[in-house]
Amino acid sequence: MIPGFAPLLVNGLLLGGATISLFPLLWMLSASLMAPGEASAYPPPLLPARATLANYRELFTHAGGARYLANSLALTAAVTLVSLSVNVAAGYAFAKLRFAGRDRIFKLLLGTLVIPAQVAMVPLFLLLKHLGLVNTYGGVIVPAAASIFGIFLVRQYALSIPSDLMEAARIDGAGEFRLFRSIIVPGLRPIIVTLAVFTMLGTWNDFMWPLIVLSDQDLYTLPVALASLSREHVQDNELMMAGAVVTTLPVLLLFLVLQRQYIRGLMAGSVKG
Amino acid sequence: MRLPGAAWGFVAPALLVIAVFFLIPVLAALALSFTDFDLYALADVANLRLVGLRNYARLLEKPLFWQALGNTLYFAIVGVPLSIVVSFGAALLLHSRLVRFRSFFRTALFAPVVTTLVAVAVVWRYLFDTRYGWLNYTLGSLGIRPIDWLGDPHWAMPAIIVFAVWKSFGYNMIILLAGLQSIPDALYEAARIDGASSWRQFRDVTLPMLAPIVVMVSILTTAGYFQLFAEPYVMTQGGPLQSTVSVLYLMYEEGFKWWNLGSASAVAFVLFLLIFALTVLQLRLARWEEAA
Repeated sequence: MIPGFAPLLVNGLLLGGATISLFPLLWMLSASLMAPGEASAYPPPLLPARATLANYRELFTHAGGARYLANSLALTAAVTLVSLSVNVAAGYAFAKLRFAGRDRIFKLLLGTLVIPAQVAMVPLFLLLKHLGLVNTYGGVIVPAAASIFGIFLVRQYALSIPSDLMEAARIDGAGEFRLFRSIIVPGLRPIIVTLAVFTMLGTWNDFMWPLIVLSDQDLYTLPVALASLSREHVQDNELMMAGAVVTTLPVLLLFLVLQRQYIRGLMAGSVKG
Repeated sequence: MRLPGAAWGFVAPALLVIAVFFLIPVLAALALSFTDFDLYALADVANLRLVGLRNYARLLEKPLFWQALGNTLYFAIVGVPLSIVVSFGAALLLHSRLVRFRSFFRTALFAPVVTTLVAVAVVWRYLFDTRYGWLNYTLGSLGIRPIDWLGDPHWAMPAIIVFAVWKSFGYNMIILLAGLQSIPDALYEAARIDGASSWRQFRDVTLPMLAPIVVMVSILTTAGYFQLFAEPYVMTQGGPLQSTVSVLYLMYEEGFKWWNLGSASAVAFVLFLLIFALTVLQLRLARWEEAA
């Protein structure tokens, strides 16, 4: 092989791949700044002739963008807080506390990971309807309050907490809850951050369940609202692109900031199979 | 002094939520699939009747069910291998010693994974536009005539596959890259000393060392691809001519559009059995391959 050709090939292919990966995202951003109708031209324009925020103004003043953004933020925050408390406590207990049937229950939970969540959706809907939670955020938060994957992630990490440390705290007279709050939680910090990023991204991006359980338009999250808007406004390319930017930019930024923590969760999660 | 009560205090909330809002509904779905639960039963449970296997029998007679099954299989049979090959190729490139700006490339290739599916599906719908879309424009510059990607029943599923691979290959890429990085250098060293070419090194060191990871990745990806829903919901609404109706899309329409909840539960169970069977099959194949 000609020397110098191989590096060119490898880097060239990666550059091509990165272009394909990023082009739709960059074009989304560019088209969101175009004047209405500008993107529908041949050849398709790459950049706006004159960048404008008109689509964002329209999105936030007339299309309910502010409301959906607030809904998504509130719901993501609520699910993350609730499910972190529940999963961290359970993951810690499965790793470090003794109770009857602990290992058998844990194995059973792992076994149920093969069941797709969608199988439960119809009865879950009926149950939530019975509880008066359909068409409320409770209907999204309550079923998401515990996650087997989250418990697994915390448990694997918590196994490495030295038991001596816990014994020492107990001898000093710390109750189980004090021990958890002042020793365990700080020790689990890295995995808590990882699980928080995972939960935030998952909740923000979730589509099917919020689509089913939230029927009142005022409660829509960004993905549900965007899907419904895009069915109505097929012609308003630029407006839809602004909606897509508002929907996906927060999670992209969150990922860029906390990339390492996210990848850690991804690696740990891939062992679950 | 160790109170078992305290331990239960820590796990009880999680177990309660999982049992009440996941495990019991799964069992209830099975029970529901043997009933004619519909809009009338939704109004008054007294209208509910047991119908045995009739939901399943009706399903098997329904052309749309077979179409949805066929579409989903098409999506998975083409999409899963394609996505794993792309992931593997990207991982190999990123693992190469010759790469510059590795972390930039890794982040760029992974970025679509964290984007919101609905948002990027809306974006791709415009990229697929017959007249003004970038895809046809790019293909046009290569002399290929415009394709009606989302409007032609022959092209709608390939378009969704292209989109799905773009969206998801980065996930497996990261896992495979970690696998490549965990192969000890000594193995390659030994192969080189034995005079193995790069290709032989790839075939005799890289592939066998990665095989367990590839099996796992393919099981998880298959399960994921069988859950196709949001892509057709946003991009094609199941059309054209129902060429992109997936099993889950059918369940959604049966259950939450027509409120045939008994029949929707039957669809959900068929999907579960299918995913379960494929998981077992892939594990068996992997073991058989290993033994051979």
